[in-house]
Amino acid sequence: MPHADSAVGSQAERAPEIPAELTIPKLFLQKARQYGKDRVAMREKEFGIWRPITWQDYLDNVKHIALGLIKLGLQEDDKVAMIGDNRPEGLMAEMAALCARGIGVWLFQDCLMDEVRYIIDHSDAKFLVGEGQEEVDKALSIIKDCPKLKKIIYDDPKGLRHYKQDCLISLQEVQQLGRELEKEKPHLFEELIQKGHGEEIALLFYTSGTTALPKGALLSHHNMLSMGRSLMEIDPCEETDDYVSYLPFAWIGEQMMSISCGLQVGYTLNFPEDPSTSQENIREIGPHVMFAPPRMYEQMTRTVQVKYLDASWLKRMFFKFATWAGYRYADLKFSKKGIPFHWRLLHGFAMVTVQKKLKDHLGMSRVRNAYTGGAAMGPDHFRFFHSLGVNLKQIYGQTEVAGISVVHRSADIKFDTVGHPIPGTEVRIAEDGEILTRSPSVFKGYYKNPEATTKTLKEGWLYSGDKGFIDDDGHLVVFDRTKDVFTLTDGRPFAPQYLETRLKFSPYIKDAWVIGDRRDYLVAVMCIDYSVVSNWADQRKLNYTSYQELSQMPEVYELVEKQIRQANRDLPEVAKLRKFTNLYKEFDADDDELTRTRKLRRAFVEKRYKVIVDALYSEAGSVHIDTAIKYEDGRQVQIVTDLKIIPITA
Amino acid sequence: MDGATASKEGDVILELKDVAMYFGKVAALAGATLQVHRGEIHSVIGPNGAGKTVMMNCISGLYRPQKGEIYFKGERINDFKPYERAEKGMSRTFQKVEVFGGMTVLDNIRLGRHIHMKTGILSGSVYLGKTAREEIENRKFIEEEIIDLLEIEHIRHKPVGMLPYGLQKRVELGRALALKPDLLILDEPLAGLNLEETEDMARFVIDVNEDPRWNITCLLVEHDMGVVMDLSHRVFVLNFGNMIMDGTPQEVQNNPEVIKAYLGEEDLYATRR
Repeated sequence: MPHADSAVGSQAERAPEIPAELTIPKLFLQKARQYGKDRVAMREKEFGIWRPITWQDYLDNVKHIALGLIKLGLQEDDKVAMIGDNRPEGLMAEMAALCARGIGVWLFQDCLMDEVRYIIDHSDAKFLVGEGQEEVDKALSIIKDCPKLKKIIYDDPKGLRHYKQDCLISLQEVQQLGRELEKEKPHLFEELIQKGHGEEIALLFYTSGTTALPKGALLSHHNMLSMGRSLMEIDPCEETDDYVSYLPFAWIGEQMMSISCGLQVGYTLNFPEDPSTSQENIREIGPHVMFAPPRMYEQMTRTVQVKYLDASWLKRMFFKFATWAGYRYADLKFSKKGIPFHWRLLHGFAMVTVQKKLKDHLGMSRVRNAYTGGAAMGPDHFRFFHSLGVNLKQIYGQTEVAGISVVHRSADIKFDTVGHPIPGTEVRIAEDGEILTRSPSVFKGYYKNPEATTKTLKEGWLYSGDKGFIDDDGHLVVFDRTKDVFTLTDGRPFAPQYLETRLKFSPYIKDAWVIGDRRDYLVAVMCIDYSVVSNWADQRKLNYTSYQELSQMPEVYELVEKQIRQANRDLPEVAKLRKFTNLYKEFDADDDELTRTRKLRRAFVEKRYKVIVDALYSEAGSVHIDTAIKYEDGRQVQIVTDLKIIPITA
Repeated sequence: MDGATASKEGDVILELKDVAMYFGKVAALAGATLQVHRGEIHSVIGPNGAGKTVMMNCISGLYRPQKGEIYFKGERINDFKPYERAEKGMSRTFQKVEVFGGMTVLDNIRLGRHIHMKTGILSGSVYLGKTAREEIENRKFIEEEIIDLLEIEHIRHKPVGMLPYGLQKRVELGRALALKPDLLILDEPLAGLNLEETEDMARFVIDVNEDPRWNITCLLVEHDMGVVMDLSHRVFVLNFGNMIMDGTPQEVQNNPEVIKAYLGEEDLYATRR
């Protein structure tokens, strides 16, 4: 019962008015009519050229897909699953499913067969819209186990010449069916849209889950729209803005930017040519708003750091000066005291000489607001972007609130908090520290899982499972998953993510896993960044053949130790790392070690690498590993190696 | 692959009649006779030094055989220069990649397209009307048919010399395809590639062979037996310059002489599988 708690509630600002009967398709129809052929709804880079899709094209495509789906037997509340890279067709299929009164389900592009099977079966999906051969292959191999799946739709026929299965149909054929139906019943499409109500379910969203099987969160049209409207109240976007959509649609953050916010504002969505060109394409577009999980920003920081290591002496000097001035400027800004004139001057000089160009290379020249959320971000990364003059903000949210509930305000950014609740959202802290949220965006429950629903939803309050507190300025501070918080030897709570993100600020370290809940001291398992460390090793003429061999070289251990000492600095004695080892492989979502959004699944890795953990807490100087690795193509390789264990003395 | 059924009697695109090539007294190729039909993937196999590359060099015009005749599309091409053979619709890739390392991927591929550019230096310097139109058409072809097919969008503007070997091989194939040839000679396209790259390359070869937009006849020299047997409609076996046999993959696999000469060297050639 939230009311009985010693809650430090945040006063809710007034929620923006959204009519209860408004749905995503209604809004879509309204916008498409308003903009018609005059404005570009989406852009996709194809064959080396950015090709525009106007709102009229968008509407026509959606209409024909929607009617085609109906012709194929889609009924009210039927689920349409979608998988594939970000591309206009994916979004059109989703919108079409909603317009036809279906419910959208997104899958991660890199989902393994078992995950696809589970989600398709659990969601009762009737249609699966995939991109090309890869998705079709996945779907065909599970269709026997998912009897409810009727049709597999694809939009890229490449490599599908010899596929003759009856359950396959191309998106073009679906659209053709739609055109035929339109001739018979020209008003059907609009009638369907007008039937909708905001409280109906729009999306069935599977949460990645660091602990158990994915759960399907039911989100209504109203959930989605109210969340988007609230965010846009704080940081308004304009219809002339550009946004680059390159993160998986199966991540709620991308849905929030592309649908919840995008549709209400009417900004242009840009789709990269290929996942591997997205960074380049972002630079070409120069988006006005960005939202990505920390790993994307970490990757950008790493790119800059690696370029720095390779740069000439003069360039390095300039960069050093610019970051020094930038950091100082950012810290002054954070402290909210005035910025003295000479610092403004120095910062201006750094801007002109280095940072303007750096921002351009990162595609951030025009960014008005950049958001990060979904996991903890280290203060070092955060400061780095502010030193460049990028207005990076933390947000806090989850799938269950249709995206986000708490965000930094522009003039009030603290890098160890996530900010204030968005309008219409109340946040409370329960007695045990759990974060509770109440807002119009709180979801309707888990699909076919009443137990989890009653555990999570109590009297309109969402029990997040995250721990946190509200600081003196009214900012929410998130401790991360409740069960992830450590208790140190002196009884203090400690979030391992804090130390991990600090370690990851080093370009040489890709992942870090800190262990030490209720133990005598903290230890870590490190994953080196192969491309950066191999480059480093090449320059030193070190010989190696594989990740495994490179990670175990004494020189690399020295390098990693140096990074750890750096991170250990200014930490209290009990929170310092005492021992570490380099893992023989990177953590991988395909091995269940990470979630699809690259969060570490602690319980799982602790079980899997028990030998290593035990050795780290023993007197041993090394640990013997004899294990099998399975590759994606089914090959199995036996790995036999000895991992060194390096103590870090004060 | 439905190897046997596909090699039905089509018209002959390439014919070698008793072609021989000597280096001093060494007979690198001692009278090879071969017919390649339109639409086939025809492989040439043989142990190291069997004369496979010599044969390819004779066909593409790098060497001139001392004996025998080569017909391409019914025309005797013994005296044709390599570029004339390219104009006739023949292109090739090399065992060791021969790309222009300092040029970008796009420039390398464009170079292959040069043969189809009809406008000259003068109109090119003005770049109006026909010249601009031609350029746009060729760009369309390169982007939509080659870069998209070979999945090299992300390296379009990278200098080829900086790319890993597997990608360089892909670029070389792209350049050969830019000619839009009728006959594509692939000299060990899989040598030095890892498993994933091998699978990709095999897929591209099947694509250009089967896709109605390409329908390219392929003459393939390869050591990877698994790929050869999967891909080919017909296989031609050479040993020390002498032809052992020419038949379907099944026939070749069952021929004791072939097994003795080539397939028997299990340890040498089977390691990649």
